[in-house]
Amino acid sequence: MPEPQPIPAAPPLVEISDLRFRRGGRWLFDGIDLSVHRGEVVAVMGPSGTGKTTLLRLIGGQLRAHSGSVQVIGEAVGSLGRRSLYALRRRMGVLFQSGALFTDLDCFDNVAFPLREHTALPEPLIRHIVLMKLEAVGLRGARGLYPAELSGGMARRVSLARALALDPELILYDEPFAGQDPISMGALMKLIRQLNDALGLTSIVVSHDVEETLEIADRVYVISQGQVMGVGTPDELRRRGSEWVQQFLGGLADGPVPFHYPAPSLSEDFGGGAS
Amino acid sequence: MIVRLRQLGAGTLSATTTLGRAVLFLLRVVRGSGELIHRPGLLLRELYSVGVLTLVIIIVSGLFVGMVLGLQGYYTLVDFGAEQSLGVLVALSLTRELGPVVTALLFAGRAGSALTAEIGLMKATEQLAGMEMMAVDPERRVVAPRLVAALLALPLLAMIFTLLGIVGAYLVGTSLLGVDGGAFWSQMQAQVSFEDDVLNGLIKSMLFGVAAGWIAVFNGYDCQPTSRGVSRATTRTVVVTSLVVLGLDFVLTALMFD
Amino acid sequence: MDNARSMELAVGAFVAAGLAALFVLAMQVSNITAFQQSEGYTVEAYFQNVGGLRERAPVRMGGVQIGRVSAITLDAQRFEARVALTIDQRYDDLPSDTAASIRTSGLLGEQYVSLEPGGMPDALAEGDEITLTRSALVLEDIVGQFLYNQSGEGE
Repeated sequence: MPEPQPIPAAPPLVEISDLRFRRGGRWLFDGIDLSVHRGEVVAVMGPSGTGKTTLLRLIGGQLRAHSGSVQVIGEAVGSLGRRSLYALRRRMGVLFQSGALFTDLDCFDNVAFPLREHTALPEPLIRHIVLMKLEAVGLRGARGLYPAELSGGMARRVSLARALALDPELILYDEPFAGQDPISMGALMKLIRQLNDALGLTSIVVSHDVEETLEIADRVYVISQGQVMGVGTPDELRRRGSEWVQQFLGGLADGPVPFHYPAPSLSEDFGGGAS
Repeated sequence: MIVRLRQLGAGTLSATTTLGRAVLFLLRVVRGSGELIHRPGLLLRELYSVGVLTLVIIIVSGLFVGMVLGLQGYYTLVDFGAEQSLGVLVALSLTRELGPVVTALLFAGRAGSALTAEIGLMKATEQLAGMEMMAVDPERRVVAPRLVAALLALPLLAMIFTLLGIVGAYLVGTSLLGVDGGAFWSQMQAQVSFEDDVLNGLIKSMLFGVAAGWIAVFNGYDCQPTSRGVSRATTRTVVVTSLVVLGLDFVLTALMFD
Repeated sequence: MDNARSMELAVGAFVAAGLAALFVLAMQVSNITAFQQSEGYTVEAYFQNVGGLRERAPVRMGGVQIGRVSAITLDAQRFEARVALTIDQRYDDLPSDTAASIRTSGLLGEQYVSLEPGGMPDALAEGDEITLTRSALVLEDIVGQFLYNQSGEGE
């Protein structure tokens, strides 16, 4: 049985400690600790509505925590000014669930967008970089297509190429597998893992697709009800996770999370109504 | 009763909050719009969609409004034997009031609603959030050029509308109703003042441009990111812009022309 | 890129049209030309009552416009209205005994200053005063006088 991974000497790339975040009167996160080391693919899993996407927004600085700290690449995201926050964001890429491609630009211009915004590179060089990034996701031939002409999986791959355009250190994936057919799912899984290793990236994957995520992740955080329910390599979690984690990973209908939403007893609802 | 009061209080509170958000938003966008000097291409594209594409409706409406003013004005003036003053009547109505106001209303319907829908859809499809995470500030990249284009385009459109209105009234007056063309222009020149009428009309349309642009981009940026939210924001842009323009016009008229 | 060119062209044409419209409004519709027409000379005329005369009203001789009213002020010593008339340089030999009167074009039309030439050989020059003036006809006075006369005849 493998012990928890030895902690590398370098400080983690992303370190979240005692994070608390409230939305609509409810603590979405109530004291979460999470760390991601350079070169890792870390998955954050949990049932729908646990605020996995919110976690990504907290890491990207689009939201600010109510207490606790979020450190990304050595910077405390919550207390950065606008300028340093934007400088930090250039070092990360985000793959949105919808792809978030610009609908009035074709694939080429979408990938070229961050380059044109942030660099003064000459157009021939931009062309080279863009085609290289598109090649990396296998869509060099689709450069002239508009987002409306792409399938969902292709849109995500173009979006991934765009996220890679500025050679980030950290990539955040928001539900990359949701609603994909098996083939594009396989393609995305392969891309996430290969790009991470080939380009020396660090990846955080937020997902509730258990099988796919466990296959590519180095470590997994399972989050529910504002708490970290389990941490470890996929193997560890499968074997030693708590009852709740077992239910989530195994996709069991009943367990610590009951099948039935809390309700008055059957006899009360059906028997009592008649009188 | 208590419930009513509470609703009233909550409504006032949320309206005030929205206003505050809109003002802060405007300040941020204005502060960020300085970058446009280095990116004239962005402004150019928005001037095209906000200005050039609105031109047709402005030209047609301007001519027709002027022609109607010519007809109606003539029938009123001819009873007093003052049909020579048709030019004055038409020019003053158009430069002071109708030019800026009608242009702003048409602008809200044609360009303002499009701005809101465009920005709202970009928000709904996470394009704005995506841009933000690419370290590109959507307030500067998306909103600022649209706002600046709106407040540049509206005065230009208002001037075109006003001039075409006068031309329309001239055509109807001289060809249909037999008003003397020379008297039409000379009386107009004698009575219409550049500072008091033309310049004040221009100032009005500039302020309307600020209002129309601001309302349009804010409603888009602040909308609920759903299809219903975008559609409601678009409607709200047209309604709020129309009301604000008319209210503002009353205040400005009271201040400018005593 | 061809697309971008035609867009630039359209925007350029739009801005030019807007500015041209403003220019025409300034030059053709409003009286900004009056300020450019400074190549004229100004004479003064005193009236007991200017009625509804406004600044920038036309000055006509024989029905032809030859200048504009440039200022209307009250002379504090004479308690009369002092009207400054700016007359186009082209008409620089109006006789010095020219008379000025305030007339109305039509029953309810605008009021203007009408000049009738006299017979003196020397011409009006910058700063001169027109001494022969007739005030505006005030409609209420005429109606009042008419009624007064009527009642006088009736007795």
